[in-house]
Amino acid sequence: MLKTEELQINIGPQHPSTHGVFRMIVTVDGETVIDLKPVFGYLHRNHEQLAEVSTYIQSMPYTDRLDYFNSMANNFGLALAVEKLAGIEVPQRANYIRVLMCELTRILNHAAAVGFMINDMGAWQTPLVFAGREREKILDLFEMASGARMMCNYFRFGGVVRDLPPEFMPLLKQLMQGLPAFFDEFERLLRENEILRLRSEGVGILPKEVALSYSVTGPLLRGSGVPYDVRRAEPYSVYDELDFDIPVGSIGDVYDRFLVRIAEMRQSYRILQQVIERLPDTTGGHINPSMASIGRQKALRPPPGDVYARVETPKGELGFYLVSNGTARPYRYKVRAPSFVNLTPLGDMCRGHKVADVVVILGSIDIVMGEVDR
Amino acid sequence: MPNLSSAELKELLERELPGVLQPTRPRTQPAEATASAEPARKPRKGEEGPVDLLATDDAVVAADRLVDVALFLRDKMGYTYLSNITATDYLADGVIEMVYHFYSLEGGGPAVIKVRVPRDAAEVPSLTPHWPGANLQEREAFDLFGVRFPGHPFLERIYMWDEFEGHPMRRDFPKQGDKYLSDDDEV
Repeated sequence: MLKTEELQINIGPQHPSTHGVFRMIVTVDGETVIDLKPVFGYLHRNHEQLAEVSTYIQSMPYTDRLDYFNSMANNFGLALAVEKLAGIEVPQRANYIRVLMCELTRILNHAAAVGFMINDMGAWQTPLVFAGREREKILDLFEMASGARMMCNYFRFGGVVRDLPPEFMPLLKQLMQGLPAFFDEFERLLRENEILRLRSEGVGILPKEVALSYSVTGPLLRGSGVPYDVRRAEPYSVYDELDFDIPVGSIGDVYDRFLVRIAEMRQSYRILQQVIERLPDTTGGHINPSMASIGRQKALRPPPGDVYARVETPKGELGFYLVSNGTARPYRYKVRAPSFVNLTPLGDMCRGHKVADVVVILGSIDIVMGEVDR
Repeated sequence: MPNLSSAELKELLERELPGVLQPTRPRTQPAEATASAEPARKPRKGEEGPVDLLATDDAVVAADRLVDVALFLRDKMGYTYLSNITATDYLADGVIEMVYHFYSLEGGGPAVIKVRVPRDAAEVPSLTPHWPGANLQEREAFDLFGVRFPGHPFLERIYMWDEFEGHPMRRDFPKQGDKYLSDDDEV
């Protein structure tokens, strides 16, 4: 008589495919997943309490480290929240520079995310390094503008810390020339790959009806067919003046999410074209003149009140909830991290799949543990 | 496309679900423009009193009616997306405030609902049975602030390890000298 039993195994926290220190306690019957329990907290760095003892501008470098792939987008969220709280105006040129940086970040992130997803499927680092070539060019641009490749700390309240150097635009235009060919080649290499399609179609489906109730955002939500994007729903900065589409998937499986990411890269390219065209004619400087000195940034005392501001980072909706008590330090500072909330449906998406699919599904959600644990 | 301001939301709730709102002190708008328009200077002694942090223009709802209000917002008003659940500890006033931000799929601003519970008996009904997305954020509020959510399917610690005692983000959690950090350690 054969007797089978369920087995509880640990995936992580130290595992090359878990996108950081993340542990999943998986209950399996043979190779099929019955239940999955995620365990967090291995990268908890107490970001929110550090912000309570720092001034608002001192938290800005810490936001770089939240989602360490997309530091510009994290900075954007905090800058938007404090500007809303304190009522600081941002000049038009600064807004366009911010959108430029945010969209470059989106291309950067989606290229790496797709590369990592295919790495999780077993193609090792080849697609990742292939995408990494374009990523390196964008990181060179960030280094030119802000001084650092990844932890940029480029945004300030009222604008950005310094204007774009004169070498920036020629290099950006050169990069833009090569991008459409990169997107086409990347997409073709992956659409025509039989192994990739077999491993990703029908895997990890998040049905459209329940997707929104899971509070997920970003390519995970749009892959399921819900066209919700913060840049369209509650436009911030100059996104309401720009022309772009919101790509959505149909079924909500891993393959859809991967297609949505490639389509979003193309839309970011479209936004970049418009920004480059309009940037020379924008008015204002790179920062609100009343906030230009570091002394003013340090001494900022927003009036008492609370605010919730959100931006569309490549991973989803990043929100900052700030409560001010009139002093230079926030009373409460909360980060609503997209990767954290996007992990809610992980257990339900993995049920019934094999253990190897768990890694692929996790890759398709595209998490960064810096954000999940803060 | 629902885009209710906080005053409209309060009026709507008072009309449709009478008795859910709790009285609050309104936040008075500052007379001058913004903090950036005038240079920051220290308030003179005696000129400005303590800041009333609990004064708000948003709808504050009784804890036991939270689920009714949330379902009303979702089913009747179209606020189907629950974006953010935050807990804030107001030590001086002795309350913990839970803030919920709801958004509608068509876009627009949030519907903000606040719930205030006493610090020593912090219990708020869980929204997880209706919004599975509230699961992790409520666990975070439980772990870091000690708010209990009756109705939550799996209310366990999420960041701190299971045997940890205390709720670290509460304002009275000692920064030095608690049992996990000795007095010699630098904080």
